[in-house]
Amino acid sequence: MNDDIIKIQGLSKHYHGQKVLDNIDLNIVRGEFLTLLGPSGCGKTTLLRLISGFENPDSGTVIINGHDVAGIPPHQRHVNTVFQSFALFPHLNVFENIAFGLRCQNISTPEINSRVREALRMVKLSELSQRKPHQLSGGQQQRVAIARAVVNQPLVLLLDEPLSSLDYGLRKNMQIELKQLQRQLGITFIFVTHDQEEALSMSDRIAVVQAGRIEQIGAPREIYEEPINLRVAQFIGQVNIFDTDIIEINDKALKVRIEGRELDLENRRGFRADQHIYTLIRPEDIKVWDETEVTDTHNMLPATVEQVIYKGSTVDLMIRLPSGRLIAATEFFDEDDDTLDYERGEKVWVEWYPGWEVLLPHE
Amino acid sequence: MNSDRLFTRFAIGINAAWLTLFALVPIILILIVSFLKPDPNFFVLMHFSPRSYLTLINPIYLKVFARSLLLALITAGCCLCIGYPFAFILAQLKTRFKPLLLLLVIIPFWTSSLLRSYAMVILLEAHGILNSFLLRWHIISQPLHLLYTNTAVLIGLVYCLLPFMILPLYANIEKLDLRLIEAARDLGASHLQAFGKVIIPLTLPGIISGTVLVLLPAMTLFYIPDLLGGAKSLLLGNLIQMQFLYTGNWPQGSAVSIALTVLMSLLLLLYLRLIPKAQRSQPL
Ligand SMILES: Nc1ncnc2c1ncn2[C@@H]1O[C@H](COP(=O)(O)OP(=O)(O)OP(=O)(O)O)[C@@H](O)[C@H]1O
Ligand SMILES: [Mg+2]
Repeated sequence: MNDDIIKIQGLSKHYHGQKVLDNIDLNIVRGEFLTLLGPSGCGKTTLLRLISGFENPDSGTVIINGHDVAGIPPHQRHVNTVFQSFALFPHLNVFENIAFGLRCQNISTPEINSRVREALRMVKLSELSQRKPHQLSGGQQQRVAIARAVVNQPLVLLLDEPLSSLDYGLRKNMQIELKQLQRQLGITFIFVTHDQEEALSMSDRIAVVQAGRIEQIGAPREIYEEPINLRVAQFIGQVNIFDTDIIEINDKALKVRIEGRELDLENRRGFRADQHIYTLIRPEDIKVWDETEVTDTHNMLPATVEQVIYKGSTVDLMIRLPSGRLIAATEFFDEDDDTLDYERGEKVWVEWYPGWEVLLPHE
Repeated sequence: MNSDRLFTRFAIGINAAWLTLFALVPIILILIVSFLKPDPNFFVLMHFSPRSYLTLINPIYLKVFARSLLLALITAGCCLCIGYPFAFILAQLKTRFKPLLLLLVIIPFWTSSLLRSYAMVILLEAHGILNSFLLRWHIISQPLHLLYTNTAVLIGLVYCLLPFMILPLYANIEKLDLRLIEAARDLGASHLQAFGKVIIPLTLPGIISGTVLVLLPAMTLFYIPDLLGGAKSLLLGNLIQMQFLYTGNWPQGSAVSIALTVLMSLLLLLYLRLIPKAQRSQPL
């Protein structure tokens, strides 16, 4: 596709003999909001630094807007970064911070003024343009950092955990504002976070990075509902994992044994008989029935309620299976069932909506 | 809590006493002496007289002053040119030898600068170490005439005062947030632009402190021009020294000292004016 603004091929990077990025392939579509999601130390910042030109790869290529950027210094890459620490210039006021990039090019003063004023308006800081960075709140500094980058109209904006130093409420606001800004500007965003909720709610696509490799890349829903392996599934959201034996198999259906009970599942991945697989099921996909509510216990597992955590709109349950395993379930209040009064020690039956489980082979 | 406050008061008290005794009292004494009349036999006559100050306008004094200032400025400039890269590299080093290197900068403080000036004489003499070395390696064919020239004085001053430039610069550059330089580069600044627009402004306090710390001694160190410049090189420091030791004109020497102090105070005041508070103590 020619609409890829960045193409990364076979990118590897070592520090002191330790592999930090391992053969990364990644295409980033023009105008998309791509999130790099992964635990601390998995190489997200390193990947951004390779794109922005602050580090050189050991092997592999980075192509930005059709040009191989090997050897091109950071200031000529038309890529701007919003740093986690903001890195605002303490000796310059807000206006001059934002104007910095423009002043480095030969742009006329009137144009600089109008573009900076426009950027200030965009991040709602017009009133504070004469303040120094240390006279601003964290959220305001954040906005200056963003304005300072986007005013240069970069091909790609790299954001390295830009929200992680903000408190919860501000963070939620900035998430919405960032997303709006990205739509409005149409600039490609590469956003780094280790907060999966943030990634799910903001991104067009998520790349799950682990130990220097991209495990899976796809739309948030795809990543959440169809994780391709256990590591991705466990990193994104809570998940219950069952060891599963296949007893009988045909094109459409599986008969499996989970926790000593036989269940019927859909066969979607072409498994073989006698294969050991994992069944993954998210807490919110689990239904918990009171013993008295059920007559047909086919495809259900017996269990005992161990803990009840009331969360306002949901109730989180910890449920113990006869084998002694604990699983998590989240029940939603809805019109049909507004009671949801589970008690500790209560005997229940557990099931899930057929087909909502994810089946993965042993690796 | 209480003993803490007691200690604070005690510490402040000691400091205040020290400064009063060894800084304020001498200055007041000099100030008083500068307004008295000279007496060759008994140091001073207890008669008020502004004559010493009026003499300062004498073209000879002005010339010496101008020469001293020029030499001091050149010294400060040289110290800055050598000291800045030195301090920068030192501050950015990531080896465990860093404290050792810093120590090497400070060690010269431990020997009397008078001794070190004599060492410079041996180094710069016609048959001194430098010339022998250059001759041996056929870099020059005739010994250089260095000793007893202005160049020798300059070399001596720079050598002596370099640590005063390096230390404040080092302290400032060490605090410099390198991520700011990356941010500048990221925003499209070349190395040169990043240097001019970010590094220089952020290390300006260090540059100014270093310059002030070098300027003042450079104007008054009398033994360096004495030893290295010979009789030709009369500077402000020599002038003051002469007034006190040889001509016995204490009021005149005091007046020159006071004039110099006032000038330096004005420079400091200018510095405090020029650099906004926020920048003197850089917040993160
Ligand atoms: N300059 C460096 N020298 C040596 N090792 C480094 C360097 N930079 C990063 N590393 C190592 O590379 C690995 C990946 O670092 P990176 O900063 O890319 O992680 P990250 O995914 O951004 O983590 P975080 O979420 O904590 O910011 C880490 O193990 C880190 O220790
Ligand atoms: Mg990082």
